[in-house]
Amino acid sequence: MLLAIALHMLVAVIVLLIARRAGRWVFAIAAAVPAVTFAWVMSGSAATLAGDARVETLSWAPKIGLESVLRLDVLSFVMIILVSGVGAVVFAFYAAYAKPGERGVGRTAALLSVFAGAMLGLVLADDIFTLYVFWELTTVCSFLLVGGDGVSRAARRSAVQALLVTAIGGLAMLGGLVLLAEASGTYRISEIVANPPSGAAVNVALVLLLVGVVTKSAQVPFHPWLPGAMVAPTPVSAYLHAAAMVKAGVYLLARFAPGFGDVPAWWVPAVVLGSLTMLIGGYRALRETDLKTLLAYGTVSQLGFLTVLMGAGTRAAALAGITLLLAHGLFKSALFLVVGVIDRQTGTRDIRHLSGVGRQSPALAVFAVLALASMAGLPPLLGFVGKETAFEAFTYGGTDTFVLVAIALGSVLTVAYSIRFVWGAFATKTDLPDTAVSTPGIGLLGPVALPALAGLVFGVATPLASTVVDGYPAAMPFGPEASDLALWHGIGVPLGLSVLALVGGYLVYRYPASWQWLCGRLPSALNAQRGYERAVTGLDDVAHKVTGRLQVGSLPAYLGVILVAVFVVAGVGMISDTPLPAEWRWFDNPLQVPLALLVLAGAWAAVFAHRRITAVLFASVVGYGIAALFIVDGGPDLALAQFLVESLTLVVFVFVLRRFPAHFSNLKSIRSFRFGKLAVAATAGILVSLAGVLYSGARTESPTASQEYAERAVSEAGASNVVNAIIVDFRAFDTVGEITVLAVAAAGAASLILAAQRSARRPTESDEDSKASKRKEASR
Amino acid sequence: MKANPESDPQPNSESNSEFNLHEEMWNDWDVPRDQLLAGEYAGGVWKRSLLLESAARIVFPTVLVFSIYLLIAGHYDAGGGFSGGLVAGLAFVVRYVAGGRGELATILRIRPLVVVGMGLTIAVVVALAPLLVGGEVLATTTFDVPLPVIGDVKIATSLGLDLGVYLLIVGVVLDLLRTLGAGIELQAPGDRTSKREGA
Repeated sequence: MLLAIALHMLVAVIVLLIARRAGRWVFAIAAAVPAVTFAWVMSGSAATLAGDARVETLSWAPKIGLESVLRLDVLSFVMIILVSGVGAVVFAFYAAYAKPGERGVGRTAALLSVFAGAMLGLVLADDIFTLYVFWELTTVCSFLLVGGDGVSRAARRSAVQALLVTAIGGLAMLGGLVLLAEASGTYRISEIVANPPSGAAVNVALVLLLVGVVTKSAQVPFHPWLPGAMVAPTPVSAYLHAAAMVKAGVYLLARFAPGFGDVPAWWVPAVVLGSLTMLIGGYRALRETDLKTLLAYGTVSQLGFLTVLMGAGTRAAALAGITLLLAHGLFKSALFLVVGVIDRQTGTRDIRHLSGVGRQSPALAVFAVLALASMAGLPPLLGFVGKETAFEAFTYGGTDTFVLVAIALGSVLTVAYSIRFVWGAFATKTDLPDTAVSTPGIGLLGPVALPALAGLVFGVATPLASTVVDGYPAAMPFGPEASDLALWHGIGVPLGLSVLALVGGYLVYRYPASWQWLCGRLPSALNAQRGYERAVTGLDDVAHKVTGRLQVGSLPAYLGVILVAVFVVAGVGMISDTPLPAEWRWFDNPLQVPLALLVLAGAWAAVFAHRRITAVLFASVVGYGIAALFIVDGGPDLALAQFLVESLTLVVFVFVLRRFPAHFSNLKSIRSFRFGKLAVAATAGILVSLAGVLYSGARTESPTASQEYAERAVSEAGASNVVNAIIVDFRAFDTVGEITVLAVAAAGAASLILAAQRSARRPTESDEDSKASKRKEASR
Repeated sequence: MKANPESDPQPNSESNSEFNLHEEMWNDWDVPRDQLLAGEYAGGVWKRSLLLESAARIVFPTVLVFSIYLLIAGHYDAGGGFSGGLVAGLAFVVRYVAGGRGELATILRIRPLVVVGMGLTIAVVVALAPLLVGGEVLATTTFDVPLPVIGDVKIATSLGLDLGVYLLIVGVVLDLLRTLGAGIELQAPGDRTSKREGA
């Protein structure tokens, strides 16, 4: 399994390298990897479906118990049918869909390959960190694929929205996963689910997980990113936004449902949001005229349905959920590919312009109707089987009835927009001229046919579907025993609801007035897209305001804030609980007296200097005086460093001060703050002095760490200079960290200064600059 | 720097090359070739002092040697990579103060951030090197290296880390000179006429 994921990543690189020569056929090469993965998983299907989960472990950082665990069970198996099976189909389709000589195919193919690998990792991951890493990797791939070349504004905005929404959800999910793992004491998902913890922290964790679910699977109120993401090429949408990525949320729900299906914090939000999403998505799909956007809202609606089923946490619902998961992946990817074919062969996908496509391209129409029939829930397709089971799962009364009503209504809408799709895409409309259709070849039709026919095969051969999906609900500990999947359940509530959905759906489609009265009457607070935009601009505003308040641009203000903070945080604590030294000595060494006087004189003079340079010079007198005190106290290393740093500081000061007026400014506005500054400075100074006095009394004997250092310096570090032994051996890790910080700070400061100079110089670019830039170009 | 006339004769005018050579010698015999004397470029924006420039050049190698002494001696005596690097950095500061940017350009053809990067790389490589022989990160080993004349010298592998620190500090100081110093040269008042050719 690890090998398969690595292979995806490797092929991504290869595809990039050969894209120039291979053109659009890179997709055929990229298709090979998911196809092989699919074949490999299928070859081991007997063991997997018998409940024999395969586990692979990659030890990552064994010392802290960090390992990457992959586990192939029934749920993963079904997801892999979508991820690798549908993936291979979509890749193959893309090879025919891309125009010859199209630009950027290498990038798209490589990203799709990475995405397929990440998705594979996501559905196989059995420890929370692996899950999270692959989860975010799919988010990033989606961002890059939706954004495309980043030229169009719409693409950029949609990509950013998809990234922001799903990444926020991902972070919440990470928090939830960590809480959950802490509560159960293991990072393995299979173990967490097997022994689910409980408690308030777990409820919080579950809600956080749900945030990840609803953002990734485009549930209300986060759904607008999915229709927005339709700016991506149609095959990308077919794969990411129908079959694979948006299923990740539902997958997560399904993954944890066997452990937490009975926890109200888990199933109530999932079922409520799922039902709402199903209705809103269906309603919006009725209004769209763009085939692809129509499908996108259809996907939102179906994802809501899946969320309800997976979230409900009963055996029957789980059976329906996993069946529909499979069915939806098949029919929705087929439908997206149909839209891709129509778009490519006619140049439009607007139902107000399309006419007569069905007559001219009957094969395409047949496959599309097959897929749509599965979506609408017509026998004998897999969608029908799944929907029947779903209705049955909620026939036990109680609160289930509300859910039953919601999903029945949702199914009515599904049927309505399915009919709308058929009519819009294929019907011959009397008031429109026939659209010119160039006949699609086998390269386009084949990939459409495969998933569409798979839905039919699974539907007719229901036992086959049963063997694939039955393992998942069997692991579910809650709810009554689920009945088997079957085409004919006998006459009962489910069948009645199915018929009702079909009839109702036709009526809703036939009489648009039945829903059109809603248009414009929904409160604008429900407009999720506007909510998203408001949230983003609001965040920007807050950032602006906070920055404006905090970063006023006055160095004295910054310094003042720092000093006051030090006083409040450190000073108060220090004064309150450190005793005064018991014994006072004026000096240890007579040399300290003149040096101390020198330091005092320097400090005094620095405060009263009128010229900046004088003040700086006196300040360094203080520094040098302190360095000399270090020597007297027997710290030559410290003194040397202090001398050198003092000298360097002086030079830097002189450099900078050359640009300042020679005298301190004596403006009234500045003078008026004088006493405030004085207070802050005096407080800080007194605090530091006091700290010196207090801490000199706090230490009663020489610390053991210092003794150890001194004893071990020669034997272990091979150095007789203890200071150096500490720096390069005992605490060498600190040293490496510090010099890294120093390097980063130097680069940062340099770029800030250079940027300031550049902006200052820009209006009159001297010829020296152009020369310098030419030199740079030449040297490159 | 000014091209050295002796090492760079003009081969294209073969017919009167001898004459040219004579002429060049006639014209250029007094062009300063010694590093201790001022170059002919106009370096900084401040007034140049021959005394300061020459003194800086005389002191410079000695200070660098001293900085390397500090680097190596740090294991046994006062010093170390940090102090050594600061001393070396100050040597460059002195040159800079004496002659400005051009003065630095004559002695250094490498970009400061490259020096910083080299320092960091060396430090990290030295830190990780013990892993190759199965040791812990940052473990120290000492070797006795017999050197002619001097005798046996005990060298600890942590000297490598010190060397990294040394280079990094030098690079940071140089970077400071490049950015802050260059900013002053460009933006100093009355700086409209200065030429910086040859830098």
